Amino acid sequence: MTDSTNSNTRTKPGRVPLSHAEIDESITSRTERSGLQAMFQTQPFWVLMAILGLGLAMTFVSDVFLTERNLFNTTRNFAFFGIMALGMSAVICTAGIDLSVGSLMGLSGIVTGLVMEAGYGVVPGFLASMGVAALVGLINGVLIAYLRMAPFVVTLGMLAIARSISMVISNNKMIFDFGPDTDLFLWLGGESVLGVPNPVWVLIVLTAVFWWVWRYSTWGRWVIAIGGNAKAARLAGIPVERIIVSVYVLSALTAGLSAFLMIGWFGSVNNAMGSGYELNVIAASVIGGANLMGGVVYAVGAPIGAALMELIRNSLLLAGIDALWQQFFVGLFLILAVLLEQIRNRGKSD
Amino acid sequence: MSLLELDSITKSFGAIHALQGVSLSVARGEAVGLMGDNGAGKSTLMKIIAGNFRPTAGAIRIEGREVQFNKPIEARQSGIEIVYQDLGLCDNLTAAANVFLGREMKKSFGPIKYLDYRSMNKRAGELFAELKSETRPRDLVKQMSGGQRQAVAIARTRLSEPKLVLMDEPTAAISVRQVAEVLNLIRRLKDAGHAVILVSHRMPDVFDVCDRVAVLRRGTKVADKRIDDTTPEEVTGLIIGAIRAA
Repeated sequence: MTDSTNSNTRTKPGRVPLSHAEIDESITSRTERSGLQAMFQTQPFWVLMAILGLGLAMTFVSDVFLTERNLFNTTRNFAFFGIMALGMSAVICTAGIDLSVGSLMGLSGIVTGLVMEAGYGVVPGFLASMGVAALVGLINGVLIAYLRMAPFVVTLGMLAIARSISMVISNNKMIFDFGPDTDLFLWLGGESVLGVPNPVWVLIVLTAVFWWVWRYSTWGRWVIAIGGNAKAARLAGIPVERIIVSVYVLSALTAGLSAFLMIGWFGSVNNAMGSGYELNVIAASVIGGANLMGGVVYAVGAPIGAALMELIRNSLLLAGIDALWQQFFVGLFLILAVLLEQIRNRGKSD
Repeated sequence: MSLLELDSITKSFGAIHALQGVSLSVARGEAVGLMGDNGAGKSTLMKIIAGNFRPTAGAIRIEGREVQFNKPIEARQSGIEIVYQDLGLCDNLTAAANVFLGREMKKSFGPIKYLDYRSMNKRAGELFAELKSETRPRDLVKQMSGGQRQAVAIARTRLSEPKLVLMDEPTAAISVRQVAEVLNLIRRLKDAGHAVILVSHRMPDVFDVCDRVAVLRRGTKVADKRIDDTTPEEVTGLIIGAIRAA
C-alpha cells in the first residue's frame, strides 16, 4: 500500500482504530516545533491575546481607558500581584501551594513599619521585611519537605499564624510614621521613574531574572524536574528536600518585597494588609499558565496573569458595572484558564 | 575474572528468608537473565545490588574487591547503574534534559553558570545514535513511545560509563515492535563491554539477548545455565518448580 492511500484511509471516519505501530509512527514522525509554534501553544500567549482583545474593546467603551493616568494606575496595581505570582509559580511548579502569602504581607509590612517607626532607616526596614519573610518561608518549606506535611495544610496554618502575629505586634494600630527615611520609603513604592511606577520596574526586572532562571539555571531545571516527577528527580541525585524549601522561601520573599513596596504606595500599613491576596496571587499564577499538578512554569505568565485580573477590574469600573462583580469574573477566567489547559493537554498526550 | 560477584547472599526480614545463599557472577560484555516467579526473591536481590538493602550475610565483589553499599548512590559510584521499571523520567522535560538530569553540563559567563543546551543536546544525540535509537534530544518525553523512553533511560546510564547495568522488566509495558528496539539497546550495551543483568518475566526476551539465565525459586538459586544449554521449557519448569533444580 502506498503512503497516500494509507493516509486516505486514516482520515475516513468510522475506520478501525489505528494499530500501535501506526500510532508510534505518527508520534515519531512528528516534526519538531519551531520557536514560534511553541509560543502559540503556551498559555501566557493566549492570555496575552485575551488582554489585548479586552483592551481593544475597552478603547471603544471608555475614553478614559487609554489615558496615561489609567494605564499608570492599572500597571502599578497589578505589579504587586505579579511580583508575588513569580514566587507562587515556583511553588506551584513543584505541585505545591502557598496560602500564607497574603498574611505574610501583613506581617512583613507591620515589621517593616515598626522597625522604621523606631527610627531605623529604609535599609534595615527592608532587611527586616525580607528577613521575616525568609523565616516564615523556611518554616513552611521545612515542614513540607522534611516532615512531608501537605503544603495546603501547612500554609493554611501559617496564613492564620502570620496574621495573628501581625495583629499582636502592631497592637492593632496603623503605622504611618516611618522615621527619618519616610520620604525615600514612600518614593520607592509610590513614585515612578521615566513615567513607569517603581513597582512595575521591579516586576519587569524580576520577570527577566526569572525568565533566565527557568531557562538557564540548574536550580530552575531541578524545580521543574521535581514538579514533573519528584521520585525520578531524587533518583537522579537532585536534593529534592532542599529545593522544595528554597521555593517556599522564594515565594515568601516575593511577598515580603511586595509588602515593602505596597506600604510606600499606601503611605501607611495596618495588620489587615494583604488579606485575601493569596487567592489573587494563585489565580494570577494559574491564569498565567502554572499548572497545579506541577512541572509547568512560565516567568512571563505571572505578570500576564496578574495583568488580566487587574484589567478585568479596571474594565468593569470603566464600563460602569458594579465592582462587586469583579470576583465573579476573576473566578470565571480562572476556571476558563484551567479548562483551556485541559483541552490543550488532551490533544497532546493521548 | 567476573565483574560482579555475589557470594552466598542471604537476606532475612525477621523470620522470612527472602534469599538464602544466592551466588551469581556476571562478566564484562555478558548479559544474565534473572528469572523467577513473583516472590522468588528477584526484587530483593536487585535491591541488594542497587544498594537499597544490605544483605544479612554474604559478600558482594566488584572486580574482585569486596564492596558494601549503604545507599543507592554508593552502588552508582561503584559503577552500577539501574534502569527502573517505571524508568524514573520526567515527562515534562526533553530527552536530553532527562539524560543529564542531576548532572547538567554548564557554561560560565564570568561568575554566572548557565545550562549548556547545545553540548547536552549534542551529547545526548550521540548517545542515542550509539544506541541506534531514533530518539531526538529536543523532544519531550511526554510525547515518546515506550521504546524511546527506554532509550532515554538507557542513554542516561551510559553517561557515567557504568560497569554493570541492571534492568528491571524493561519490556514489560511496551508494544511488540518496541520490544525489538529495547532488545537491540541491550545488545549495544553488551557490545560496548558493559555487563547486563536483565530481570524479566518474558522468556523470549531472555533467550534472545542473554548469555546465561539464572532462576530463583523461594529465595534460592535453582539453576544457572548457559542459554545454549537450556530450553524455554526447562526454564519454565524450573520457575514453577516442576523441575527441582538443574
